[in-house]
Amino acid sequence: MTRTLACLAALIASLPATSLRLAEAAAQDTSRVNEGVRVGLEYQPGLRPGLVVLPGPGLDSVRAIVRRDLDYSDRFEMLDAGTASTSGGATGTINYGIYKLMQAAFVVEFGAAPGGVIARLHDVAASRVRSQQVFALPPASDAGFRLEVHRISDEIARWATGTAGIAASRLLFVSGGRIYRIDSDGVDLFPLTPAGQTSLSPAWSADGRQFAYTQLGEGRGGVVIQSFSTGALLPVPGTQSALNITPAFSPDGKTIAYAHSDETGTDIFTASYSDRCCAQRLTVGRYADNLSATFSPDGRRIAFVSTRAGSPQVYVMAADGTDQELLAPFDFGATGASNAPEWSPDGANVVFHREVDRSQQLFLVDVAGRRLRQMTSAGRNEDATWAPDGRHLAFVSDRSGIRQLWIIDVETGRVRQLHTPGASRLPSWSRRLGRTAAASNP
Amino acid sequence: MRASSLLMLLATTAVAVGCGGKKPPEEPEPQPAPAPAPAPAPPDDSAERERLEREAMAREAAERARVVAADLSAMINFDYDQAAVRSADEANLDRKSAILQANPNVRVTISGHADERGSDEYNLALGNRRAAAAKRHLQNKGVDGARLDVVSYGEERPLNPGHDEAAWAQNRRDDFQVTAGGSNLVAPQ
Repeated sequence: MTRTLACLAALIASLPATSLRLAEAAAQDTSRVNEGVRVGLEYQPGLRPGLVVLPGPGLDSVRAIVRRDLDYSDRFEMLDAGTASTSGGATGTINYGIYKLMQAAFVVEFGAAPGGVIARLHDVAASRVRSQQVFALPPASDAGFRLEVHRISDEIARWATGTAGIAASRLLFVSGGRIYRIDSDGVDLFPLTPAGQTSLSPAWSADGRQFAYTQLGEGRGGVVIQSFSTGALLPVPGTQSALNITPAFSPDGKTIAYAHSDETGTDIFTASYSDRCCAQRLTVGRYADNLSATFSPDGRRIAFVSTRAGSPQVYVMAADGTDQELLAPFDFGATGASNAPEWSPDGANVVFHREVDRSQQLFLVDVAGRRLRQMTSAGRNEDATWAPDGRHLAFVSDRSGIRQLWIIDVETGRVRQLHTPGASRLPSWSRRLGRTAAASNP
Repeated sequence: MRASSLLMLLATTAVAVGCGGKKPPEEPEPQPAPAPAPAPAPPDDSAERERLEREAMAREAAERARVVAADLSAMINFDYDQAAVRSADEANLDRKSAILQANPNVRVTISGHADERGSDEYNLALGNRRAAAAKRHLQNKGVDGARLDVVSYGEERPLNPGHDEAAWAQNRRDDFQVTAGGSNLVAPQ
């Protein structure tokens, strides 16, 4: 018996690296993870470069955070070197032969450095260090520690792929009428609005220093802007009567769009944030609804929802309200209600949700060709928000039984849960947070 | 036989436990027979008759006011993703219109609600449209719009917390709340 086990262990140990890698890839692409998701691309794990994060003596927490961040970036096959790995230490040289056998393209190595860590990205095929940098790090007990480590992850992703990662970002969402903030990896949950009031529709400013939301009172509500660092509240001009919903900042931060509801219907307005004045009306509903404005990244256009044709559908207009036209095609009388558009950071797509078979599903419409792509198919999936990389979406899904937040990689269809306490909805994903913007909790 | 004994034992135990071990309450003392009703008032006692009549009228008026108040606050319901007043609810709104015109000091807040099936944010706009539709109907019947406030709660305040068709149908509604002049409501002529 013991002998059999030993033989089995030896057999496993002697398996070629390729087999190990395929086994890992298969484990990652489980049907449970991808349940309810249909994407236009076949998931081909072999197309992603393999990456190993080496253990760093005394840097376990940094390594663990970075490894998870790179995994969540969905740009790498995460490989485990196990005990076979060797660190280059001060010399920066490692045994590239091992990692070639594992078919790893990259090896990430950490070493202690005065006041922080040194991170190295090894190019395995070229058998050399591609990039390395010393990063200052506060003590692990510091409130800013995790975000600094996330920035290291994002920089390593940039070294390897040319595009920075999205780990140094945060999300806002609503749970039980309160707005919370959480890091992109589901850590550091923090309440931003008081209990006992209903706060809805949080929206980040582009610089990450403040957010806008609706304070719903007795069937009425104003839009306010709240500073992350001080908690100070600023009412948005024109929103202090009737009901005002779905705020959105323009990319330059100078303008805020919102929808104003009164007995003539719901219409989109913009107000100057910098001057704090001058609400300008962009739509004229005549008892129809126009709401959920979202700016294109160049700030020149606004996608929005309108009931002008009966059911709510997604339209687009110039940022001054002219040139209003349909954005997401629909069949009159047949296509379900379409809501909650958000323009992707690269400008190419608008995500929204549409009622299909009495449930909500996520769709993308490409702005140039107006072609639709359905992203989800099982359960109820809605209110999506783009990650800074324009390839990940956070959205609300009831696939676990209650409405919670999930993240999908548009490229691979891989889905993971963003763990939040209890039922959660109306997420808003920040842009990449710089050091000045990412204020610690007040 | 054994089973029923056991049941009795259990029942006794349950009573003892239920009463915290205290003695069961004593039998009530037999009450003296009620005193005979006072002799009917003589027919010529007009003051007493007036008092009774006034009381009866007050009761009737209170009952009428209760019915009027109920008519005024009766909710109306809507089809899914629709804000048009259903024909079945037109009589409801017409009664409200008559009551509002008979009680010119009454103000009403109309709050529109939606079920959870639709989109959270859109439902606020939809609720607003539902409340506005009822207001327009009442205005068309001659009620001064300044007496009618329109608000919306979207899906944030369901009447029925269930997640089925019956609950949703109840939650797609307009509520009518009297905010001023609600005491001494008179019925329309």
